[in-house]
Parts: sequence; C-alpha cells; structure tokens
Amino acid sequence: MKICMFHLMPYRFLPPDFENRYRSVWVDVPHELYDAQKTHGLYNEFLDELEFAERQGFDGLCVNEHHNNAYGLMPSPNLMAAALTRRTSKAAIVVLGNSLAAYNPPIRVAEEFAMLDVLSGGRLVAGFPVGTPMDMNFAYGIDPSTVRDRYNEAHDLVIQAWTRPDVFAFNGRYTQARYVNIWPQPLQKPHPPVWIPGGGSLETFEWTAKRDYVYCYLSYYGYKRGKGIMDSFWQTIEGLGVEDNPYRAGFLQLVCVADTDAEAEKLYFPHVHYFYQKCLNVWEGFAEPPGYRTPATIRAGVRAQFGAKAKKIRAELNWAKYMENGYVIAGSPATVRDQLLDCVKSLRIGHLMVLMQIGSMPKDLTLRNIELFAREVMPHVRDVWPAYSDRWWPAGATA
Amino acid sequence: MAGVLGPLVAGGSDGVSRREIDERHGSAGSLGAVGGLGGHVGAPQEHFVPLRDGVVTLRVLSAGRGAPLVYFHSFHEVEPWSPFLDRLAERFTVYAPVHPGAPGSSGVETLDGVYDLTLAYDELFDALGLANPHLVGHGFGGMAAAETAAVFRRRPARLVLVSPLGLWLDQTPSADLLILPVEELLAALWADPSSPAARAWASAPDADPDNVPALAASLQRRSAMAKFVWPIPDRGLARRLHRIVAPTLLLWGESDRANPLVYAEEWQRRVKGAALRLLPGGHMVIHEQPDAAAAAVTEFLT
Repeated sequence: MKICMFHLMPYRFLPPDFENRYRSVWVDVPHELYDAQKTHGLYNEFLDELEFAERQGFDGLCVNEHHNNAYGLMPSPNLMAAALTRRTSKAAIVVLGNSLAAYNPPIRVAEEFAMLDVLSGGRLVAGFPVGTPMDMNFAYGIDPSTVRDRYNEAHDLVIQAWTRPDVFAFNGRYTQARYVNIWPQPLQKPHPPVWIPGGGSLETFEWTAKRDYVYCYLSYYGYKRGKGIMDSFWQTIEGLGVEDNPYRAGFLQLVCVADTDAEAEKLYFPHVHYFYQKCLNVWEGFAEPPGYRTPATIRAGVRAQFGAKAKKIRAELNWAKYMENGYVIAGSPATVRDQLLDCVKSLRIGHLMVLMQIGSMPKDLTLRNIELFAREVMPHVRDVWPAYSDRWWPAGATA
Repeated sequence: MAGVLGPLVAGGSDGVSRREIDERHGSAGSLGAVGGLGGHVGAPQEHFVPLRDGVVTLRVLSAGRGAPLVYFHSFHEVEPWSPFLDRLAERFTVYAPVHPGAPGSSGVETLDGVYDLTLAYDELFDALGLANPHLVGHGFGGMAAAETAAVFRRRPARLVLVSPLGLWLDQTPSADLLILPVEELLAALWADPSSPAARAWASAPDADPDNVPALAASLQRRSAMAKFVWPIPDRGLARRLHRIVAPTLLLWGESDRANPLVYAEEWQRRVKGAALRLLPGGHMVIHEQPDAAAAAVTEFLT
C-alpha cells in the first residue's frame, strides 16, 4: 500500500466564536479575519511538515485546490507542488488537483503539470477534480450546469496535449485553439498517472474506471461513512468487468497518534473540534447550487457534506463521537493500527491519504503526529496488498 | 403550492391525448391544429412542442380566448399555471411555456446562451402559429421576454415585464435568488412573508430538503434558468434594450426586496416610453395580488 500525507493548509487563527458569528468559512468568509504576516509563517510551517513527512518515509505528499477558503489556503496547489519539488527527492507529488473547468484555457493545466513532472523527475500524480460548488460556481462564477461538460472537454484537451505527436487544432464548445503544442511535454509516458478526486457520484465511478484512472474519495467524515460509497465504487468496477485492484482507489482519513488513547484526546481534541466546527462551517446556500449535481445523483440520495443539517449534526460532536463515527482515527499506535487496517481492508484502499495536520494543529504537534505515525503505524499497514501491483504510481517516485 | 400558483394540470383533456397532440405538433406546418389548442377558459391544456427536430421540446400550458399572450415564468413558480394566468385567460389566449430544462421541457444543454434561447422562443411562436403575441414575463421570465423583444423587435404586440431580471447595478445587487434557503427566500420574495400565499408557497414540497423527488425537480427547474443568469443576471441586455419598439409596461411590487425599485427606474430609463406601474406587494406581486396585477396587465394590453 502507498501512504501519502495530505495537507489542506488551513488558516489556524479563526476566532473562537467564528461559527456563530460568520455564516461560512468558504466563499464569503471576510478577509478581515486574515493576517498576511501570520500566513507567511503558516505556509512555511506547512511546507516544513510535508518535507518532514518525506524524510519520515511517507510515499507521497498531497496538495489540493480551494478558493475563497479559510481552511484551504491553496488557490494554486501547483505553486506548493513546485516548492516541494526542490526540497524533496523521493516522494510522489500528488496534486489533487487542478479543477479543469476553472482554467481558461485548460491548456494551462497541461503545461503546468508537465512542468511539475519534468521538474520533479517524473514524480507527479495529476489530479483532476470536477471542483466543489463553492470553488467553481461561487468563487469562480462558473454556471453549475456546464461545469461537467467543461470538465470533460478540458480533460480531453489536456490528455491530447500530452499524448498527440502532432501540433493540432482543438475545436471545442468551450475552448478553441488553432495550435495546441505544449512545451514542455511531461516526463512520464504516456503521461503522469491520473487520479480523480470525487464526492461519490455514480457517473464519476464509471468515467474513472473506463479511463483506467484512480478514484479518490475525499471525505472528512471517515471510513465508516465512506464504506457505502466505496462499496458502490467496487460494485461499479465489478459490473464493468475490470480488475478489482485496490490501487484503483484512494481514500482520505483523518489520523491522530499519541502514546495513549487518553493522551490523544488531550492533545488533539481542540484541533479536531476546530476543524469540524469552524472549517466545515459552510453556509447552506453554497452547498447545492442548481445544476451542479446531476438529477441521477440527487435521486440516488447522496447528500452534500455541508449545509444547515450537517452543521446541526456537527455541533453535537464530542471526542467520543468523532471516534465512534470513525471521522477521526485517533489514539495509541495500537488503536490507530487496528482501525486503519480495518479502514483500508474494508474499503479496499491501495492509496491511503492521511490528514495529519488538522484544523488549528500547530507545527510541533503535527510533526509529532507524523513521526509517531511513520514509526509506529506505517510499517504495520504498508504490506496490506502484496498480491497487487500499483500501476498508478509515478515512475520517478521511489517508494 | 397548488393552492397559490394553480393546479398541476395533467395532459390529455378535450379527448386529445398528449401523444396525439405531440404528433400534431410534430407534423405541424398547419397552424390551425396548433392554434386550436387554445381557446378554453378554465383548466389549461398541456402541449409538448418539439423544436429543432425534437432537440428542444417545450411544455406549454394554454387556456383562454382572445388575442394571443405568451407568459414566461420566473425561478420560483413551481407550477407553470397560476390564478394570475386564469385572470388573463378571461381576455386573452394565454400560452405559458416552461423554460427549456425545467421539468417537462428539454434540450437546455443544447442551447449556447441567452441569444440561443431567444431563437428557440421565436421558433416556438411559429410552431404555435403566433405572429405577434403579447409577451409577459416575471423575474427571469421578464428577462427572457425582454431579450426576445430586443432581438425580434417586431414580434411582440406589447410587452409586460414584471420585476424583470437582466440588468445589474453594482450599488444595488439584486438578491441571489437561485440559492437562498427557504426562510431567506420567503423574506426576499414576498412583501409579507407571513401572508397565506407566502406561507402556502413556503410549504411547497420542494422546500423540504428531505423530499428528494421534489428537491430534484426544484433544482432542475432552477438550474435550467441558472444557465442564463449565473453568476450575475446580466448578459449585456442593457446594450440591446434600445432595440425594443413594442409598447412596454413595467409592473413592480412597491416593496420588492429581491429586485428593488431602483431597477424599475433603470428599466424605464433604458426602454423608451415604458410605463411603470407599482402595486402593493413584493417580487411575487402577481401571486400576492393576482386580481390587481391581471387588471393592470389587461388594461395596458387592451
């Protein structure tokens, strides 16, 4: 199994009453709450944490894209990935990813990912999320009903830009270019592995499997809730008659390791609570713009992770409930090992992504979490899938 | 919902099945067959009108007798028919098309933008055999009517715009009507959110997030229009409004919080000779005051 450290790069200094005074951490969170000097420090500590994770033996480092967001200070994950290429040498650089429909023209994504792949010596994983409604429809103003269509077209353009030997014309509905001819071309052939972060929509399972990409379920609600989604992913795989290689799947899990279960609560609870109460406080009006989700997905009953109802449920969370629901796997190394094995085996996960810096967690605690995880947990979960090979790992990463 | 904005009308009254109506339209050319579908005061009839070889199909309700009048609906009219249209049908043959993409009408994904929408409506008028109908629209429907009247400037006999979208003033943004949660929407749309009409509207099935089929229908209806107004309901109409030659009435609820009165002034400034009529009520004035609103419209059109 491959284990990657995922970083959201959250702003750690929201006021204690944030979720009661402000309706949303995303889209219209006022930037009077933001301090640039503090953020200078944050960016550097976050990069330090990711670099430390490589030294501790993590296989990959994940960054992602959000806009107008106080829990994700990475409107451009490619900049962070570029910084990481120069201070790391072994780990996969997993950019999860560039929301294709937001780039005009999307040729820019083909170019920047190619640059990162060349710069890192072929360590890039190219992630293509559709993008959240908050990012795409509200921050970037894209009509919800055309996001998927734009995404599909942009995907085809990027893949062609990476793989076609000729200079070609692209006559799309959203992008027209008379001369597509990107320099540089990516180092990995035919192109960097593609991972698709998704929110559980049925269409995306099938789309991903048919193109032989990795599907990543990025939820903040843990493996117990993720089980249903991943079960239906594997049912789709079975239905398509595709090999059920666990490396087709990626999954994000929040993890906190301490010497004992009691110490884990003491050390991590305030930061976990900050994350669920403040960072996930998204106004319900932003959660479901009309046209973003397909009617089929709505009728399938997959619920948005945000909104008034979700807020009410979150407000009642305490440490016991975070644990019981599996939102966070936390405790002594033995506790974390057992639950993590249950998580990856029951969900059939080949690419595990762990969120080790959560909410307001400061650098020293994050480094301790990374170190304990790498030393006490990682060796015990690494060899879960010996019978399978990972065809979706970047050629230049030495894991 | 039904009590406020009219009953959900099933197809196939008058001994003509929905399929037969479709076929008549499909084989059209003969305006008589199509025109004959109007003319009834009482329960409206439902037709499905294929355009562009069926790539776009519009659901149209019609009732009444008299000069033809096409009504374009807004985001928040759950049913395409309403007591307001019942009143108008006493004097006009009212046709109420459902915007492409909203439940019953298909093909919105094939339309490239608002210009393409006006082309589709021009095609609809031909399919219905309407040379110069009156155009009436509310909210987004007002924008659709104005866009159509600006592009096809000799089409409308007369034009009535009820609190239309389509213009944007930086100093006074219109409310983000497509996304407001139901409580905030109530306060934005209705002058008196506690009035029976407002309360009945707020208890519509699609206001309940746990009613999945109703939620899906609501999202589908709003997303159909979102394509033409997201993220700001301004597609350059201000640069086309000078083209409107049809006599125009602007009808506004005097306490419209969704699309405040400064927009009425802006419209009046930009549409030459447009009359402005204010009625007690909010953005939903035609549902708050159906009698008075229909009387004002009728007076202007006759």
